[in-house]
Amino acid sequence: MSAPDTAAPTSIPEATVLFAGDSGDGMQLTGSQFTLASAYAHNDLATLPDYPAEIRAPAGTTYGVSGFQLHFGAVDIHTPGDKVDLLIAMNAAALKVHKHRVRTGGTIAVNTDAFADRDLDLADLDSNPLTDGSLADYEVIEIPLTTLTRDALADTSLSKKQVDRSKNMFALGLALWMYSRPVAPAEDWIRQKFADQPAIRDANLHVLRKGTHYGETIEAIGHRYTVDAAAMKPGTYRAIRGAQALALGLVAAGDQSGLDVFYGSYPITPASDILHEISKHKNFGVITFQAEDEIAAVGSAVGASFSGNLGVCATSGPGVALKTETIGLAVMTELPLVVINMQRGGPSTGLPTKPEQGDLLQALYGRNGEAPLPVIAPTSPGDCFYAAYEAARIATKYMTPVMLLADGYLGNGSEAWRIPSIDDLPPFDVRFETGPTDRTMHKDDDGNDQFLPYVRHEDTLARVWARPGTPKLEHRIGGLEKEARTGNVSYDAENHQRMVETRAAKVERVAQDYPPTAVHGATEGELLVLGWGSTKGAIEEAVERVNESGRRVGRVQLRHVFPLPRDLEEILDRFETILVPELNNGQLIRLLRDTYLRDFQPLNKIQGRPFRAEEIVAAIENHLG
Amino acid sequence: MPPGFSGDGGGNGLSRKDFQSDQDVRWCPGCGDYAILSTVQRVLPELGVDKENVVFISGIGCSGRFPYYMDTYGMHSIHGRAPAFATGLKVSNPALDVWIVTGDGDALSIGGNHLIHALRRNIDTQILLFNNKIYGLTKGQYSPTSELGKVTKSTPYGSVDAPFNPVAVALGADASFVGRTMDRDPKHMKALMKAAHAHAGASFLEIYQNCNIFNDGAFFEFTERDTKSERALFVEDGQPLTYANGTKGLRLDGLSLEAIDLESDRWSVSDCLVYDTSDRQMAHLLGRIFWEDDLPRPFGVLYQEARPTYGDLVHQQLEAVTEKKGAGTLHDLLHSGDTWTID
Ligand SMILES: Cc1ncc(C[n+]2csc(CCOP(=O)(O)OP(=O)(O)O)c2C)c(N)n1
Ligand code: SF4
Repeated sequence: MSAPDTAAPTSIPEATVLFAGDSGDGMQLTGSQFTLASAYAHNDLATLPDYPAEIRAPAGTTYGVSGFQLHFGAVDIHTPGDKVDLLIAMNAAALKVHKHRVRTGGTIAVNTDAFADRDLDLADLDSNPLTDGSLADYEVIEIPLTTLTRDALADTSLSKKQVDRSKNMFALGLALWMYSRPVAPAEDWIRQKFADQPAIRDANLHVLRKGTHYGETIEAIGHRYTVDAAAMKPGTYRAIRGAQALALGLVAAGDQSGLDVFYGSYPITPASDILHEISKHKNFGVITFQAEDEIAAVGSAVGASFSGNLGVCATSGPGVALKTETIGLAVMTELPLVVINMQRGGPSTGLPTKPEQGDLLQALYGRNGEAPLPVIAPTSPGDCFYAAYEAARIATKYMTPVMLLADGYLGNGSEAWRIPSIDDLPPFDVRFETGPTDRTMHKDDDGNDQFLPYVRHEDTLARVWARPGTPKLEHRIGGLEKEARTGNVSYDAENHQRMVETRAAKVERVAQDYPPTAVHGATEGELLVLGWGSTKGAIEEAVERVNESGRRVGRVQLRHVFPLPRDLEEILDRFETILVPELNNGQLIRLLRDTYLRDFQPLNKIQGRPFRAEEIVAAIENHLG
Repeated sequence: MPPGFSGDGGGNGLSRKDFQSDQDVRWCPGCGDYAILSTVQRVLPELGVDKENVVFISGIGCSGRFPYYMDTYGMHSIHGRAPAFATGLKVSNPALDVWIVTGDGDALSIGGNHLIHALRRNIDTQILLFNNKIYGLTKGQYSPTSELGKVTKSTPYGSVDAPFNPVAVALGADASFVGRTMDRDPKHMKALMKAAHAHAGASFLEIYQNCNIFNDGAFFEFTERDTKSERALFVEDGQPLTYANGTKGLRLDGLSLEAIDLESDRWSVSDCLVYDTSDRQMAHLLGRIFWEDDLPRPFGVLYQEARPTYGDLVHQQLEAVTEKKGAGTLHDLLHSGDTWTID
């Protein structure tokens, strides 16, 4: 090991740090504070928490390990990082679970106090990794973290438990020092958080400082780094998680449209986080309804839309399965509805805390009868804001349910998000019928004036929307086939065909509003990588890496999965090979083959984990030969 | 038209006709649904509500067609889920007068979950449950209210399911208004609909409805002239429980009800239990009359309690939070938490 050179830290473009420990070790907090410090250092960043599925797993076990990974840099950051540069492992189990993520030659800082026989036992380790040579490929920093924390707080009145709880601040202080991050934000946060508990506040501040001093004084730490500010677009930024962004996007949609948001939901991981977030914002007139099940959740949302509000519900795959029949009703009654699916590993309960893109075919085809609907897939945590906003716009403009396909990777992950100016949001106007007009009225069989609820707007083919409570526009809607214009029940053969075709044509029209499809990297040539939704970061990074090595590969990320963009075919025609990476067993590729009648190359990963850029690089190189 | 029918109408300047849509009513001739429809169309003008504020939401079944025949706002939703749609609608726009129309299969089989939760939450709606003790629309299978041993197409050897008693289910779900009436007594039905409408909260009204095609006469012992007085007891708040033209009554024997002969020397009307619609225990006692054949079936408002509706509580909370935090501004919301600026 080389001597410490604290005077001249090495400047590096980017780094990935992973904090891992017991669920009770405060790793999520530690990670968030490191994130904030990196944000204040003006780095670009992306984060991914990794919680255990168990609620309170026994301490010291591998299934109780909680992790927080952060990738930050002076360069554009697309993913939470393929390989970890620094792992801080608070116990043996955390080391065991996350060691494989560390790059060869990377640094592992371990709390040596958590490697007693009992700890090894709990982690199911046969030998001590600190002595058995299994860490030979890494630079290991051994720190008696618990002892040092206890020593630092020897004079306080705090209980042993309280003392031990602050050891995460030691880890934070050390990590901040190693990457030359500002310490002030963490100090401010501690002062605020423990304002009412001065003893705990002072202990945490003290331990945090001890952590940074430890870095300065101990020779064991070979390197110190700086990561310069990234060249980011000017503006005000915040770190935002996908679930949060979805909730804010919905609030924004309500705010800009003037519609009250009605959010019906039944708890399910990982969609519940949206409910938790949006239910805080009642001062925006948002109504949240925790229903008795997913069927009631979507039903209440459709009822809210019938009333003239913006009906929204969010769930995950099993919940979407339950909502299927009602979504069909929304297709038939042509009412706006936003259905958010935070996809997770399936089928059935599957891998409830792990991301997967397994529900695309369900979104496209999972209803009885001919029931097409638009499908939107946000491509990053921050994009969730715009996707939710857009889903609401499409739903109301085209009078249709819209499916938004996110996943736990987007929902839990966060990125540095440039806060949009309200004026830059797309305009959101809603057309309500406010009274009888020549176009929307006729004389019924009894010679009375009757409203025609299925008269359509010419530009969108959307039917007119009249709120109950509007005089003279009384009308009935329902699941039975509708007669064109009157909306009366009709079993007429030709009418049914016409209505099925009209509903499909209406959904096709949604594509008329898309911006031109962006092609990044090469705009023509040997290979195009065509992804959708949350795989964007990994694909972006992979394509950049490949192109840096001199190849000319293009990349398109579909955000509008259905209907497909009208200009996509022309783009596909410019490439010889089209590689379609998906976190499923091949779903978008079926839609593509079906639509364009040409060949596509699949790249499928179904492990409950996002793509690593290197996996996509390998696939690209394999195809390029 | 069933006996005892008397037409009225005219309240609020509207008449029965104003609530009739131009759609042909397609129930089987003789179906009890006709009487319910025409009673609703006669009641509405008397309620003083504006037509444009009235919404009927139904599930699936013969009863599910109901909204199409009403010239109001309406939604024919999906099987069993009408309470869910009604919940979102009513909470979104509390000014609406929301009626739920459902059947015994719709409300108690596939929709049982939604029904109990709408009742417990006290969603301010009128829930009209057309109970014909059979699946009508699917052509005659037994339903959750069919009696044990019922022989139908799906139970050629008799059903082995114990039936639900709808009012007992509603009471068990803590409904704030529980009533029972019958298609063949439009006057009573009308009075009960008015009472249900006047109640703020979820008003559960079971309506015995004859399906003359698949379960003809299922309730005739309660509805037909020759047996009605002996088998049906019409409860009134503050009145002693008597029936059979005042010759019989119900008294409390310990914690049980006992039928007593008021013409005997032993009992008089002062021995009869005086009904109190706000007494939950009494409602449970009467609501359980279903399995005992020796007691008359009670009709009328069995229970009524004033408690806040779900919609009121939701909107009070919205207002309270808004008052405390101030009306939200999107700019501040987006900039909340830790932010940093890059120039
Ligand atoms: C999801 C679903 N399952 C089954 C059906 C078929 N179905 C329609 S109505 C009905 C039963 C209706 O019985 P009830 O509620 O008693 O109403 P009635 O027809 O007697 O008025 C059934 C099973 C359906 N429409 N939807
Ligand atoms: S089947 Fe029975 S309930 Fe249905 S319309 Fe005919 S008579 Fe009425």
